[in-house]
Amino acid sequence: MFSFDLLLDAVVSGVLLGCFYAAVSLGLSLSFGLLDVPNVAHPAFLVMASYGVFFLNESYGVDPLLAGLLITPLLFVFGLVAYRLYYQTFEKRGSDAGVRGIAFFFGIAFIIEVLLILQFGVDQRSVTASYIGKAWRIGDMRIPFRLLVAFAVAAALTILLTLYLSRTFMGRAIRAVAQDQEALRLMGADPIRIKQWAFGISTAVLGIAGALLIIVAPVNPTLDRSYIGRTFCVVVMAGLGSMSGTLVAAIILGVAEAIVLTMFGASWAPAISFAMLLGVLAVRPQGLFGRRS
Amino acid sequence: MNRGGTQFWIGAILFLVATFAMTQIIGNQYPFFACYVILQFIVLAVAWNILGGYAGYVNFGTSAFFGVGVYTAVFLFKAAGAPLAVQIAAAAVVGALMGFALGLLTLRMQGIFFSIATIALTIVIETSITNWRYVGGAAGIQMQQPVAMEPFNSYVQMLFFIQALLVVLAVATSRYIQNSWIGRGLQALKDDELAAECTGVPTLRLKLLACVISGALMCAAGAPAAMYLQYADPSSAFNLNYSVSVLAMSLIGGTAHWAGPVIGAILLGTTQQLLTVTISSEVNVLVLGVMLVLFVVGAPEGIIGLIGKARRNRNEGEG
Amino acid sequence: MMSPETEAPLLRISTLTKRFGGFTALDTVSVDIRPGERFGLIGPNGSGKTTLINCISGAFRTEAGTVIFRDEDITRLPPHIRTRRGIARSFQIPRPFKSMTVAENLMVALDFAVVTDEVVSSAQRRDTMMSILTRMGLASKAYVSTAKLSQVELRKMELARAMATHPKLLISDEAMAGLSSSEVDEVLDLLMSLAGQDITIIMIEHIMQAVMRFSDRVMCLEAGKIIAIGKPAEVMANQRVQEAYLGT
Ligand SMILES: Nc1ncnc2c1ncn2[C@@H]1O[C@H](COP(=O)(O)OP(=O)(O)O)[C@@H](O)[C@H]1O
Ligand SMILES: [Mg+2]
Repeated sequence: MFSFDLLLDAVVSGVLLGCFYAAVSLGLSLSFGLLDVPNVAHPAFLVMASYGVFFLNESYGVDPLLAGLLITPLLFVFGLVAYRLYYQTFEKRGSDAGVRGIAFFFGIAFIIEVLLILQFGVDQRSVTASYIGKAWRIGDMRIPFRLLVAFAVAAALTILLTLYLSRTFMGRAIRAVAQDQEALRLMGADPIRIKQWAFGISTAVLGIAGALLIIVAPVNPTLDRSYIGRTFCVVVMAGLGSMSGTLVAAIILGVAEAIVLTMFGASWAPAISFAMLLGVLAVRPQGLFGRRS
Repeated sequence: MNRGGTQFWIGAILFLVATFAMTQIIGNQYPFFACYVILQFIVLAVAWNILGGYAGYVNFGTSAFFGVGVYTAVFLFKAAGAPLAVQIAAAAVVGALMGFALGLLTLRMQGIFFSIATIALTIVIETSITNWRYVGGAAGIQMQQPVAMEPFNSYVQMLFFIQALLVVLAVATSRYIQNSWIGRGLQALKDDELAAECTGVPTLRLKLLACVISGALMCAAGAPAAMYLQYADPSSAFNLNYSVSVLAMSLIGGTAHWAGPVIGAILLGTTQQLLTVTISSEVNVLVLGVMLVLFVVGAPEGIIGLIGKARRNRNEGEG
Repeated sequence: MMSPETEAPLLRISTLTKRFGGFTALDTVSVDIRPGERFGLIGPNGSGKTTLINCISGAFRTEAGTVIFRDEDITRLPPHIRTRRGIARSFQIPRPFKSMTVAENLMVALDFAVVTDEVVSSAQRRDTMMSILTRMGLASKAYVSTAKLSQVELRKMELARAMATHPKLLISDEAMAGLSSSEVDEVLDLLMSLAGQDITIIMIEHIMQAVMRFSDRVMCLEAGKIIAIGKPAEVMANQRVQEAYLGT
C-alpha cells in the first residue's frame, strides 16, 4: 500500500509536473494576476497553441519546441488584439467588467473548443520527437524524458519572465501599471498600451507552454476545462502576480496531485486543484506569497 | 392585488392550463421531450438570476446544483423507491443547504473570486459523485421509469407538467423578490455592499436568502432529469455547459427583470433544441459561445434592456 | 444647553486601536461625543480620520478598544445594526447605489434602517422621502438616476440618504471636498440646520473656515493619535496642530 519509495516517486514526478504547471500558468499570472483580466479562456488559448504545434509537427515534421517558438509571434499579436477588444468593450465602459468579462471569456473558450473540434475532431492528438517515449532510470525510479524536457524548459521560461519583469524597462512598467495606473499616466506613459503589451506576452508564452502540454501528454479540444482549475489554483495560491510564487505554487499542486494519484487513484485527480483553490480562497485569499488588490 | 399582479396570475394559470391540455391532446411523445428541456432551462435561469442578476454574485455552479438535484433523486429512488414528489422536495432541501453554504462563501470572496470558487465547487462535488459507487460511479446508472399517474398517459408527459409547475413557482418567487423589499436590498448590495450595510441593509442575511432560494429551485429543477433520461452519469449531470448556458440565457434576456431569464431561456433553449436535432451538438456549443460574446459586447442589458431603450426612444420621439 | 459634564455621552470611544498588517492606523484613541454636539475632526491626509469613521460605523473590525453608543457596547455589531441604532454616515468618495434613482436610494434607507412597529404606508414613506429631499434641495432630482448627478448633488444625496435612516449621530466625511465656495456654504448651511434638529454631527473637513464656523469642539488626529482636542480657536492655536496639520 503505502511505501517510502512510492512517496519519493510521487514527489519527484510531482516536482517535474509542477514545473510544467508553472509554465502553463505564467501567462495567467500576468493577465489575471497583474492586470486583473478574468481570462478564463487562458487554458483554451493554451490548447489552441498545442494544436498549432501539432499541425506544424504533423504536416512539416517540425520539432514541437521549435514549433512552439514559431507560433509565438502569432500568439503575441493574437493577445494584442484580444486585449484591445476586451478593453474597448469592458474596461473603458467601467464597472461590471468582472462579471461580463468572465462571461465573455467563457464564450470565447467555447468558440475555440468547437472550432478545434470541427477542424481536428474530438480524438486525442500527440506529437512525435526523439525525446518522447524515452525514460531515464535511477534505481527503481523511471523518469520520462518528456517530463524532464518540460521541467527544464518550464524552469527556463520562469526565470526569463522573472528577469524580464524586473530588469527591463517594459517589464518594470508592467509591474508599475499593476500597482498604480494613475502614477504612470502622470509620468507620460500610456497605461493601456503597457497593459496591452503585457497581455500580448501572457499569450505569447503559450507557444512554448502549448508545446510542453502536447509533449507531456496527448491533447483533445476540451482539455482546457481541466486546466481552468489548475491554472487559476496556481495563480491564486501564488498570490496574484508573483512569478516566483507561481513556480512554488505550481510545484505544490504538482506534488499534491502526484501523491493523491498514487494513494487514491486517478479518479480523484480532477478535484485536487479545485479543492486547493477553494481552500486558498476561503482561508488565505491574498495567496501564499503575494499581494491582492 | 394590483393590476400587474392580477395579469401575472391570469397568465400563469393560462400557461398551466395550456401545458395540461397539451398532455391530454397530443399523443406524440417528441414535443414533450423537447419542451421539457426548455422548461427546465427556464427554471434554472430564473433561479440563477435571483442570485446572479439581483444580487450580482455570478454563480458558475449551476451544474453543481443541477447535478446534486439529479443525484438526490437517483439516491432516493435507488435506496427507497421514493416517489417523484419526494425526490423533488428532498432535492429542494439539499439545494437550500448547499445554497446556504454558498452564501457563507460570499463572506470571504466577491466578484470573480466568487465565480471561480463556484466552478471549483462544481468539480469537487462532481469528482465525489464519480467516486461514489452506490449511485453508479463514473459509468452512470440506469433508471426505470415507473408507470405514469392518472391523468397522464406517459411518464414524460407527467414530468413535463411537473416542470411547468416548477416554472410557475420559480417565476412567481423571482417576481415577488424583485418587487419587494428583498429585491431593493439585493439591488443595493449589488451596487455597493458597504454602502448598503451602512444604510441598514442586512447584506449577509439577504445574500443567504438569495442563495438558499436560488439553490433550492435549481436542485428541484434537476431532480426529475434522471427519470426523464432514464439514466444519469456525473459528467453529463455536472457538465459545465449547463452553467454557461444558464448564465448566457440570463444575460441574453436581461438580468434586472424577472422576465429576462424567461425570454433568454426560451430563445436560447429553443435554438439549442433545433440545432441539436438538425445539425449537431458541437454547433450548439458554438452558437452558445457566439451568442454569449455578442450579447455581452453588444447588448449588456440584454433583450429587456433593448426593449426599454426602444421604448424610451419612442417616448422621447413623441414628447 | 445643560452643562456637558453631567450629561452621559452619546458616543464613547475608549482606547480604540486599528492596525493594517504591521501599520497602526489608530493608536488607543479615546474620546466622548456629547448629545447635540457639533464635532469637528481634522488632521492631515492619512492621519486616520476615515479609519476612525469606519470603526464607528462598523465597516472595520478593531483590534482593541470599545465603541459605546447610547450606553450600549456596539464594538462587535455589524454596520447595518449600528445604522438602525442611529449612526449614519456619508463617504469621502460618494458611494451611491448607482443603478437607482435618488428617490430609490432613499427608499433603501426607509425600507431597511427605520425599524418601527407601526405599519407605514408607502404614501407616508414617499412623503418622508420627499420632505428630506426638499430640505436638501434635491426635490427636482428625485427621479433622476444617480449616475447623472453632479459632484455637489452626489454629496447632498449621500447626506439625504443618511438622514433617511433617522440618525441620532450623523458623520460627514469631507462632504465639501472639491466643491466651489458657494457650494461649500450650501452644504455647511445644510449641516448646521440638521444640527439644529437634535442630531449630533461629526464633521471631517479640510476647509478650516468651515470647521471653525461649524464646530463646538474640534479634535485633531496625527498618525493615528489625538494631538489636540478642545475649542476650535484653542486647537487652531495649538503648536503641534500647526506643525502637523498646516505644515508650518
Ligand atoms: N483598508 C486599508 N488597508 C490598508 N491601509 C489602510 C486602509 N485604509 C486606510 N489605510 C491606511 O490608514 C491610514 C489612515 O487612512 P485614512 O483613515 O483614510 O486617513 P484620512 O482619512 O485621515 O486621510 C493611511 O495611511 C492609509 O493608507
Ligand atoms: Mg479620509
